Amino acid sequence: MSDYILEMNHITKEFSGVKALDDVNLKVKKGEIHAICGENGAGKSTLMNVLSGVYPFGTYEGDILYKGEHCKFHNLRDSEAKGIVIIHQELALSPLLSVAENVFIGNEQTSSKGIIDWTLTRSRAQEMLAKVGLEHEDVNVPINTLGVGKQQLIEIAKAMAKKVELLILDEPTAALNDEESRKLLDIMLQLKSQGITCIIISHKLNEIEYVSDSVTIIRDGRTIETLVKGVDDYSEDRVIKAMVGREMTNRYPIREGVEKGDVIFEVRNWNVFHPDDEHRQVLKDINIKVRAGEVVGLAGLMGAGRTELAMSLFGRSYGQKISGTILINGKEVHLKTVKDAVQNKLAYISEDRKTYGLNLIGDIKENMTIAARPFFFSKNGVINANDEIIAAQEYKERINVKASSINQVVGSLSGGNQQKVVVAKWMLTQPDVLIMDEPTRGIDVGAKYEIYCVINELAKAGKAIIVISSEMPEVIGTCDRCYVINEGEIAGELDKEEFSQERIMQLIMAHMRKGDGNGN
Amino acid sequence: METNNKKLVNMDLKQYGMFLILIGIFILFAITTKGANAKPVNINNLIMQNGYVVILAIGMLLCVLTGNIDLGVGSVVAVTGSVAGIIMIDYKMNMWVAILAALAVGLLTGLFAGFFIAYLSIPPFVVTLATMLMGRGLTYTLLQAQTKGPFNESYNFIGAGFLPAVKVPFGDGTIDVVSIIVAIVASIVLIYSEFRNYATKKKYNFAVNPVWQIALKLAIMLFIIWFFFYKLARANGLPFVLLIMVILIAVYGFVTSKTVAGRQIYALGGNRKAANLSGIDTNKVFFWVYVNMGLLSSIAGIVLAARNGSATPKAGDGFEMDAIASCYIGGAAVAGGAGTIVGAVVGAFIMGILNNGMSLMGFTTDVQKIFKGVVLLLAVTLDVLSKRKKG
Repeated sequence: MSDYILEMNHITKEFSGVKALDDVNLKVKKGEIHAICGENGAGKSTLMNVLSGVYPFGTYEGDILYKGEHCKFHNLRDSEAKGIVIIHQELALSPLLSVAENVFIGNEQTSSKGIIDWTLTRSRAQEMLAKVGLEHEDVNVPINTLGVGKQQLIEIAKAMAKKVELLILDEPTAALNDEESRKLLDIMLQLKSQGITCIIISHKLNEIEYVSDSVTIIRDGRTIETLVKGVDDYSEDRVIKAMVGREMTNRYPIREGVEKGDVIFEVRNWNVFHPDDEHRQVLKDINIKVRAGEVVGLAGLMGAGRTELAMSLFGRSYGQKISGTILINGKEVHLKTVKDAVQNKLAYISEDRKTYGLNLIGDIKENMTIAARPFFFSKNGVINANDEIIAAQEYKERINVKASSINQVVGSLSGGNQQKVVVAKWMLTQPDVLIMDEPTRGIDVGAKYEIYCVINELAKAGKAIIVISSEMPEVIGTCDRCYVINEGEIAGELDKEEFSQERIMQLIMAHMRKGDGNGN
Repeated sequence: METNNKKLVNMDLKQYGMFLILIGIFILFAITTKGANAKPVNINNLIMQNGYVVILAIGMLLCVLTGNIDLGVGSVVAVTGSVAGIIMIDYKMNMWVAILAALAVGLLTGLFAGFFIAYLSIPPFVVTLATMLMGRGLTYTLLQAQTKGPFNESYNFIGAGFLPAVKVPFGDGTIDVVSIIVAIVASIVLIYSEFRNYATKKKYNFAVNPVWQIALKLAIMLFIIWFFFYKLARANGLPFVLLIMVILIAVYGFVTSKTVAGRQIYALGGNRKAANLSGIDTNKVFFWVYVNMGLLSSIAGIVLAARNGSATPKAGDGFEMDAIASCYIGGAAVAGGAGTIVGAVVGAFIMGILNNGMSLMGFTTDVQKIFKGVVLLLAVTLDVLSKRKKG
């Protein structure tokens, strides 16, 4: 029994009568990387909050055994004192403070009199950074000057400074690109070789397959099973089956009987410069065409300029010195504001629903109708409340938003349902062209499937759809055709027959070499 | 469906809750002052003394909805009052010229603040702190630190006058028939609109509140209306300030709940970036919210000067704080995006009843401030705690 560093037995946690966790069991071996999988709202984060003392002892039932000891944590400090450190999805860094300060936030390096020892802070910070492969970083710069990938690694360095023995990572790669993710996963493997135990929560099953030794699947607040690498079937499909409780033979619903019409959306010679630097060109000579009923992907690495392209098209919401032509339904349009864009039947669903998509304190109805309101739900500026209720009700049912009513506050919904509300908001503006930026980021497999169904339905209705996605399988699974974008230029175009992750990467690599050859 | 109804119940109960607190505080003072606060004359004073705070609270609510406040309103009240005074006393001009000039000055201060806030992105706290200092300084300069007055009766009517009344003998005094007629009309309108609302909801098959709840809500509203109007009828009839208040409450209540522009303020307060990407010109919304605040401040300034019959350099001192507190007591969210006009007005009256009740009990204004502070803190704390429980 002693090879388990952590045993959580029969954990039950209720929130005002609703069981978030119901008799959950989790056993983690010393020195392994243990993954926890489950759809959104399955109870993964709740379980980790129970473990780390965010929900104090006594507010849950069950027993936590850590290194053979019964644990009664009352807060985060108690668990950290034992060497359990949790890194949340939202980074706990103070953006304007230096890297060194951030590494020792809440754990300040002080002299005996309680005064901060800056020399010690800096030198120890450097030491900690070396452990996560950032030995060349300057510890004196503000942390917001570094990219998200590095910030995530600094979170790990911060945990190392606390003498961590059990490290919990909640969706560590959600905001990272493939390269950064790979680096982070490799750091995890390195930590494992130093004897540190890790628990990782992730939606990205390929990463789990790559990094973890065993995986526990949670569904609806219950443990379904634990699979061990090398013993059980450890494939993505196997894990998905356990997660959703059914066989998911096809993660992408098939689009059938869609007639492709004329080109209804066209962008010609689109050039955009960086909003803060008028000499830096972000997008160069972009030309794209989308036909009615067609789903076109924009593939590329993070930072390639895809979101920038979408936002600059959408009423010039990004960039300056924008030039080029947009044609919708064969007519040239000038979209100077978001309102112009909406009026001309263009919609953009942002990649970050919480920051750019939703009013989290508003209810479902309010969020769904806000964009369409000036055009469809009002007369002379006065709202027709009844029409709004009918429309919101209709869309809630049509795309299956799981909520008690359209008056439920959006902030209390799960990620997948929030995303559906954003999608409904833009469907209600009755667009002909929809740009969907990372439409399934951070949502569970079931909700993803439903979003894909909505995409199909829209295509069937003759809309032109552009899907931006960092997950190449998603581009391949949902699109008829895709443009590969790299460093602000179109690196190539692929048809459905030519689709493969390798082809996309090849185009990106070839384009990068070309850029270097031009003396970039 | 059951959870659905439960949600509705909770939502509405919170709204009556505010009225119940209002009634509760009033009854408390009725006991401590042995009924002095319920005398017709006192009810009349309550309305006339709080008219300008209610007007300011209406405008302030819009600022609070954006997640900000306007510190300059008290100073704008003073400036506009003094401009009106100078025009009437020094230049011996018509009162209508004075009123228009005061409104124009209010509009200008609003345009000024709105421009810096909306188009130069200067934090509203800083901009309105500046307008607060500038406005107060300007008032002292314009008035040379002296009181300007007295104004003529026709101007003072705005703040101290009454609508035409038909008094007939009643009990140990008189009663104004006009007030009673207005109360009857108001009751009919209220009951009719509630029925129509119920019928529409039924027609569209929307969830409706149980009948007993609607009846309770109506009963509370009718009780408040009749209590006030009866008392006013026994005094001097309907104050002109009440008319101004009712019109503003109706207009702004409609704007905030039923118009595209009004809901855009909520969307901006809830999430500015999302509002931007939903096609809302958030700069424009900010601009007009502060322009509107300037305009309403000037109306309050005109009313205050008329009630005092003079313009004083200290006029409106601290009004911004009363207006802000009214919004928060009335349930507006400090971070923006949530709050109602009715809430802000009830908040203003809760503050007014506290002031008035404590004055009657013989507390000085210094002591009153302590209690007002406590009530503000309690109200917001309760609001925050109740939300935390739900979350």
